[in-house]
Amino acid sequence: MIEVRDLTKRYGPKVAVDDLSFTVEPGRVTGFLGPNGAGKSTTMRLVLGLDHPSAGSATINGKPYHELSRPLRAVGALLEAKSVHGGRSARNHLRFLAQTQGLPRRRVDEVLGLVGLLDVASKRAHGFSLGMSQRLGIAAALLGDPEVLLLDEPVNGLDPEGVLWIRNLMKQLAAQGRTILVSSHLMNEMAVTADHLIVIGRGRLIIESSTEDVIARSTDKSVRVRSPEAERLAKLIEAAGGTAAAGDKAAAGMATFGRPTVFAASGAADASGPAPANGAGLLTVTGLDAARIGELAASAQIVLHELTPLASLEEAFMELTSGSLEFGRHEPDPVDGSAR
Amino acid sequence: MTTESPAAPTRVPAIPAARSGTLARDLMSAEWTKIRSVRSTVWTLTLFVVISLGLTALFTWLTVSNWNGPRAGDRDARVLIDPVGFILGSGLFLGQLTICVLGVLVITSEYSTGTIRASLLAVPRRLEMLTAKTVVFAALLIVVAEIVAFGSFFIGSAILHTRVPVSLGDRNVTRAVVGTGLYLTVLGLFSLAIGSLIRHTAGAISAAIGAVLVLPILAGLLPGSWGAHINGYLPEQAGILIGQQHPPADGNVLSAWQGFGVFCVWTAVLLAVAAYLLQRRDA
Repeated sequence: MIEVRDLTKRYGPKVAVDDLSFTVEPGRVTGFLGPNGAGKSTTMRLVLGLDHPSAGSATINGKPYHELSRPLRAVGALLEAKSVHGGRSARNHLRFLAQTQGLPRRRVDEVLGLVGLLDVASKRAHGFSLGMSQRLGIAAALLGDPEVLLLDEPVNGLDPEGVLWIRNLMKQLAAQGRTILVSSHLMNEMAVTADHLIVIGRGRLIIESSTEDVIARSTDKSVRVRSPEAERLAKLIEAAGGTAAAGDKAAAGMATFGRPTVFAASGAADASGPAPANGAGLLTVTGLDAARIGELAASAQIVLHELTPLASLEEAFMELTSGSLEFGRHEPDPVDGSAR
Repeated sequence: MTTESPAAPTRVPAIPAARSGTLARDLMSAEWTKIRSVRSTVWTLTLFVVISLGLTALFTWLTVSNWNGPRAGDRDARVLIDPVGFILGSGLFLGQLTICVLGVLVITSEYSTGTIRASLLAVPRRLEMLTAKTVVFAALLIVVAEIVAFGSFFIGSAILHTRVPVSLGDRNVTRAVVGTGLYLTVLGLFSLAIGSLIRHTAGAISAAIGAVLVLPILAGLLPGSWGAHINGYLPEQAGILIGQQHPPADGNVLSAWQGFGVFCVWTAVLLAVAAYLLQRRDA
């Protein structure tokens, strides 16, 4: 369990984390969500004792990180930035970490096998692709078989298979009763990975709730409708006070919640969701719910081929965080990326 | 890259609770793994050996073949007074700079590559990490530096033998040779402390080399006895006294061991400040 209480971090006049409190429970994947510069990485670094808080506290299983002895046996972490000497082999990187924890040498090859890096274990890390570096980071996080895992943007730079692999791994680990905190700025990724969400903006807590609940708060609910008489239906919808746009908004960065098959690896991969067989006859309706649209179609005897309520987590998130942006100054926040 | 279907993470078998002293030993093994698993260590130490022994041979040979030559009188006189200091100084004056580089790299490479984050996640009590690193690095250095100091002496004395015979049995000679190894070891720790303070490789190397080469020159520019006194207490100037058989009387305010002590104090103070800042600063 991770507990964060009134955590604050200032860099000079800049507040990176602002009186943040939340709890990460075991047995589920908790998503840590926020736009770039919201303070996700800083919060994780504070929890892990790399940075010192200006105020407040963060504990893991009731103890501050620096009080854990052999901490990698209790906590595993993957941080966004690379943390491997390029001249050192993957095996030697893990070996020195294992030595600090008093772990047996064979554990190194166990985790290398687990992440699929055994073949390149003796190669120097500077030749690793971003994906391989991420896998090495995951191996380091799993080295001590920890009950608590903090993963900062773990899918960054991974190919689609890698994304799926991480997603399944996190779910497995959570199912084993471990505490998993995973940060992301990609809503779609979180929608299919996380059971619970902590959303922050400008260092402040915006919402902490189940993923379903966060999506339900979306004010912009839309419905995807497919019909051979789309044009006639669109006119009816507009007359009833709704808005109908031709085409599929899902292809433009929306997640279809409840359809986790939609692949949402990265911004670019979003478009690789199930493309409509043909764009014709497809409408995205806002302002009316699915039931009302069905009634309208029935009353006009219009055939429907599809009627799918969509919730845009992306937009729910924008809605949630836009308030936090208004209060802040509008200069770009350097904290997440460059304060190291 | 290979994409294997993920197996369920395997459990580590329960490990008996740490016995007293075990953590220290584990941290030192880890630091030893870090030091030996990067090529820069091997390269810098190779360079150290080659430069030190090579230049010792070259300069002593040049001196011998130029003995009594034109304008050599001054130098010949100095060699006669302190042949050991001459032999050891000839190669190590430049050789010591590789020790500065290695001492800095041992810690700054962790910052430049981000390894420091992995290190501190594994050992969040940062003083323990720094202590283990310092002890392991000192152990490595003292072995290599003593070998090079003795090697340097034997090569140099063999070449110089026809003009100025000198042996380990002569007064202060063993102290000077062993002391040179000690001086180089402490110089490595001095550089490690500077690296830990500055955290950037280029800046820290400049600072360490500046402290060794430039500070004495600047102090020499000071007027009157000020220069001599300040110079005598500078890290490198004080420390190097232990490598001299008969330190020249002029300008030296410290004896060999006093000088080495002063150098050790400099290093201890820098290491203490480095340890304090390591704990205070965000990693």
